[in-house]
Amino acid sequence: MSRLYVARNPKVAARSLDGEMMIMSGRDSTLFTLNKTATILWQSADGATPLDEIVTHRICSEFDVEPAEALSDAETLARELASHDIIQISEEPIAQPNPSAGESR
Amino acid sequence: MPELISEVDRLSLVIEIGGMPVRVHTTDPGFISLLQDRYAGFVSSAEQAEIDFDVDLAPPSFGGADAPVRVTQRHGRWTFERGDFRAEWESSTRRGWIRQTANPYGIDAVLRIAHTLVLARQGGFLMHSASAIRNGKAFLFAGVSGAGKTTISRLAPSDATLLTDEISYVRKQDPGYVAFGTPFTGELAKLGENVSAPIAAVYLLAQGQENRIDPIPPGEAARGLLANVLFFAEDEDLVQSVFRSAFDFVSRVPVSRLTFVPDARVWALIR
Repeated sequence: MSRLYVARNPKVAARSLDGEMMIMSGRDSTLFTLNKTATILWQSADGATPLDEIVTHRICSEFDVEPAEALSDAETLARELASHDIIQISEEPIAQPNPSAGESR
Repeated sequence: MPELISEVDRLSLVIEIGGMPVRVHTTDPGFISLLQDRYAGFVSSAEQAEIDFDVDLAPPSFGGADAPVRVTQRHGRWTFERGDFRAEWESSTRRGWIRQTANPYGIDAVLRIAHTLVLARQGGFLMHSASAIRNGKAFLFAGVSGAGKTTISRLAPSDATLLTDEISYVRKQDPGYVAFGTPFTGELAKLGENVSAPIAAVYLLAQGQENRIDPIPPGEAARGLLANVLFFAEDEDLVQSVFRSAFDFVSRVPVSRLTFVPDARVWALIR
């Protein structure tokens, strides 16, 4: 099975406030509030780390969840975020212009 | 030999909202007169305009207002479209044109869009909210249609100056933000006063069994604000600007929830 890579869309506006991550789509101005899992996924989506490693090292270590179930959920979430242009997904590593956490200042 | 070409009289009117003068040119005296009535209190004698629009009046069959608004930008040239109007504006030359029928609805929409674009670059925005000045401070009452914007405006006491019952004009002015009156009306159908004041508070409206103000967490405040900001453009840079402005705003201006019963006693809380 091929690995999946995820990368934040650098044109998306994002801000963490009081532990809540809010993201606004530059395409249609839709506002999203990410839950904790989605926030970890967003913060880890550097284009270079495969999704299964993000799940193993960042999500399973934080939440009491089976790795296979967590990976399946993360893939679903990643595809949903990608459908809103918030992240990119690819079976190859994705070059990122800015490797930082992607939050606007 | 008779003159085949005669010079057409060009008429103009400056409409100044939020301190931003927009000059409208037309050859139709009836349309100028219509604008003078529509924007009474906001007609200015300013000589320098931030934007000049040439209005080309189309026949009544031009189109209806039902289609969604589309605002796009290509190489610095903005296009605003709805069924009943089409407009273009170039920010570098500050000039544009509008093609619409002879009614105030098209130009009203164009003015709102143009103001949102200019404000977005300056850290301001238009917001779905009523606003009023009391004791030298501006208060905004935000909410979707039916939340109570018109109701709270109608209940305002005589010492409150109504800025709008529908769309508030917010400009950044260090160290905070200032609200201006607008001619953009809701059900009250009454133009706001063309004055301004520093914003002291924003209330997200909720109707209930008692009058009370409750603090809300910063995240909810930002969400509530963004949900009510008017923004039409499909432009990633400007969306980011508006997003940043909303967070800056909630870090400087208190945002609370105002639950109220529809009677005038609620204004005892607004001081």
